[in-house]
Amino acid sequence: MTNQNIVSSREFLNGDEAVAYGARLCRPNVVSVYPITPQTIVVEKISEFVANNSMDCEYVHVESEHSAMAAAMGASMVGARAFTATSSQGLAYMHEMLHYVSGSRFPIVMMNANRTLAAPWNIFGDQRDSMAQRDTGWIQVYVENGQESLDMIIQAYRLAEHEGIYLPVMVNLDGFVNTHTYELVSIPSQKEVDEFLPAFASKNAVDFNNPRSYCMSASTEWNMEFRYQQHEAMMNAKKVIESVDKEFGDKFGRYHGGMVKEYKCDDAEVVLVTTGSVSGTSRLVVDSMREKGLKVGLVKLRFFRPFPVEYFKGLKSRVKAVGVIDRNLSFGYEGAVGSEVKSAMYDSCGSPKVIDFIAGIAGRDIKKKDIELMYNKLLNLSKGQKEEELQFIGMRW
Amino acid sequence: MIKMKDLTDKEYLYGHKACPGCGMGIVGRLATKVLGEKTIIALPASCMSTVTTQYPQMNYSVPSMTMAFPGTGAVLSGMSAGLKSLGVKDVNVIGFAGDGGTADIGIQALSGAVERGDDFIYVCYDNEAYMNTGIQRSGMTPYGATTTTTPSGTASIGEKHFKKNMFEIMIAHRIPYAATACSSYTTDFMNKIEKAKNIKGPAYIHVMAPCPTGWGFPSELTVEIGKMIVECGLWYLAEYENGKVKMNLVPKTLKPVKDYLMAQKRFKHLKDEDIKAIEEHRDSEWELIRENWMK
Ligand SMILES: Cc1ncc(C[n+]2csc(CCOP(=O)(O)OP(=O)(O)O)c2C)c(N)n1
Ligand code: SF4
Ligand SMILES: [Mg+2]
Repeated sequence: MTNQNIVSSREFLNGDEAVAYGARLCRPNVVSVYPITPQTIVVEKISEFVANNSMDCEYVHVESEHSAMAAAMGASMVGARAFTATSSQGLAYMHEMLHYVSGSRFPIVMMNANRTLAAPWNIFGDQRDSMAQRDTGWIQVYVENGQESLDMIIQAYRLAEHEGIYLPVMVNLDGFVNTHTYELVSIPSQKEVDEFLPAFASKNAVDFNNPRSYCMSASTEWNMEFRYQQHEAMMNAKKVIESVDKEFGDKFGRYHGGMVKEYKCDDAEVVLVTTGSVSGTSRLVVDSMREKGLKVGLVKLRFFRPFPVEYFKGLKSRVKAVGVIDRNLSFGYEGAVGSEVKSAMYDSCGSPKVIDFIAGIAGRDIKKKDIELMYNKLLNLSKGQKEEELQFIGMRW
Repeated sequence: MIKMKDLTDKEYLYGHKACPGCGMGIVGRLATKVLGEKTIIALPASCMSTVTTQYPQMNYSVPSMTMAFPGTGAVLSGMSAGLKSLGVKDVNVIGFAGDGGTADIGIQALSGAVERGDDFIYVCYDNEAYMNTGIQRSGMTPYGATTTTTPSGTASIGEKHFKKNMFEIMIAHRIPYAATACSSYTTDFMNKIEKAKNIKGPAYIHVMAPCPTGWGFPSELTVEIGKMIVECGLWYLAEYENGKVKMNLVPKTLKPVKDYLMAQKRFKHLKDEDIKAIEEHRDSEWELIRENWMK
């Protein structure tokens, strides 16, 4: 195999490149991708690997994202490991296929560069593209930086191909802030990754003596049971996410926290829930506010599906108020993460104190002062002052 | 050359729920008999997938996958790429898509797959409308036909456009092999499948598949109707190979289209002048055929 001799190294990579390096280490049999900003570098980098014989895969130059996912599904159906990547309009364009892939339990891994959706047209980051795919049956993880991007592509295959899961996984990187920012990234050796992620022994391997049909029609008498099994697999994934991340941590020295990663939450009175790249800036704000003696903490939500309901149930009794930074908006209600956090924390003892902050839409910067403002609002709320449940931060007016 | 008597007794499509006399049923059955058990099938949303893959009764006894309506070409590419990368050899990858799944919503994926030169067989069975959803028009519905979305009426003749020519669209791709066929000309069809099987790269077969339910004729007349459409020249049997088109069957004189049309409910409302217009269009098409492909 061409990539046998990849040794471990540390390199300056942007998030997209980190994904491409991660994908190469996973040795997908088939890569079918269609370019879109800000995912393009992934496509180009993998093309370069293939062109220089440093990646051994069938690269399918599809003519659309719908076809990218359809081709990945065809490959997965015959037992191949498949990889794809997209963003925003592309994710929306392949929406139909997302359901096919999860419904037929194909363990495909996809990188998504979070970018807002037209109209108004804009290529910069927010998470409405992937959050809108909440019910497509894909496991969704949100990563913070290049290293976590690379690591999670590798972990994603372990999750997807796990015996009790067999579901597709979407690894989400914030457009530009993560995809285009250069950082020092540790690239593990091929040998280590092969040990962690062996060649795919797919349940779908072609067997002409035992022919199988996929994606068939299931009538009303059967359909609900298929859905139940999909749900069950998603619920199973919660445990596996934790154990795979631990095992990864033991092997590579980087444990990312499983479903959620806390920062200074032990004695916190208020916490802010973040996803993706804004988590880094938020930690700096936590540090500076802690210096002033304010008991603030941070919860980085890593997995949006399956959702860490149990974690948030437990959080309710630990803190006085919770804020959510939602880089998305469900028009007519609130942000997607805010809704989930609230509903997870609700119980018979009443409703939690939550503020949903809509921020960072279409690439708008979320500044330290914005985050500080959010924490101050949470502190006000925790002291019994009134705060609006839904607030737009960093607006022109 | 494959003959009917050489065919295996084995059935690879069995017990399906198509209407009696369905031309598409003949297509699926004969094609898989020629291809044999080392075959993987892709089926987009259509009559074909609906009547063959109702869980738990799977009617193809080879591996198959039902597919999103627009994606047949791409799925075939993926299957073929997957098998190649896994080193699985001598497997036929075939798609059966309807005229709608091919000429309308699936044309982009098909074009991409053919242009990439991936190794597969694509069979478009043409029943000239969206039958699965209840006889709505497609880009392949012939001029004058009544469908549920192009009903004939005081202000409508029915479908207003002539059929799109998928065979020529495939030729424009310089595909290694393309053919037209008809479910009533079984030997011709089977041999085209056999050729497609042995082609490296993409092969496209567009097979006319009369539909008693959608066209409005008695189910015992399927073979007859299929013969009539070829004999009157509204369909033709041809092959494109090595950059050249070969006509497989050229009727000495084309029979009047009227008999073919009037045998079906969907054309019953047509007046003599409409029939004349159809005949004129047929003649101009045949002029092109003679000019371009028969000199
Ligand atoms: C994206 C999408 N749009 C519409 C449909 C509904 N639909 C299913 S089958 C079909 C028509 C199929 O027509 P054709 O390809 O000619 O096959 P036939 O049913 O005639 O065999 C339509 C419109 C669908 N399944 N998916
Ligand atoms: S509607 Fe037509 S194509 Fe569909 S199963 Fe019936 S006869 Fe066959
Ligand atoms: Mg049709």
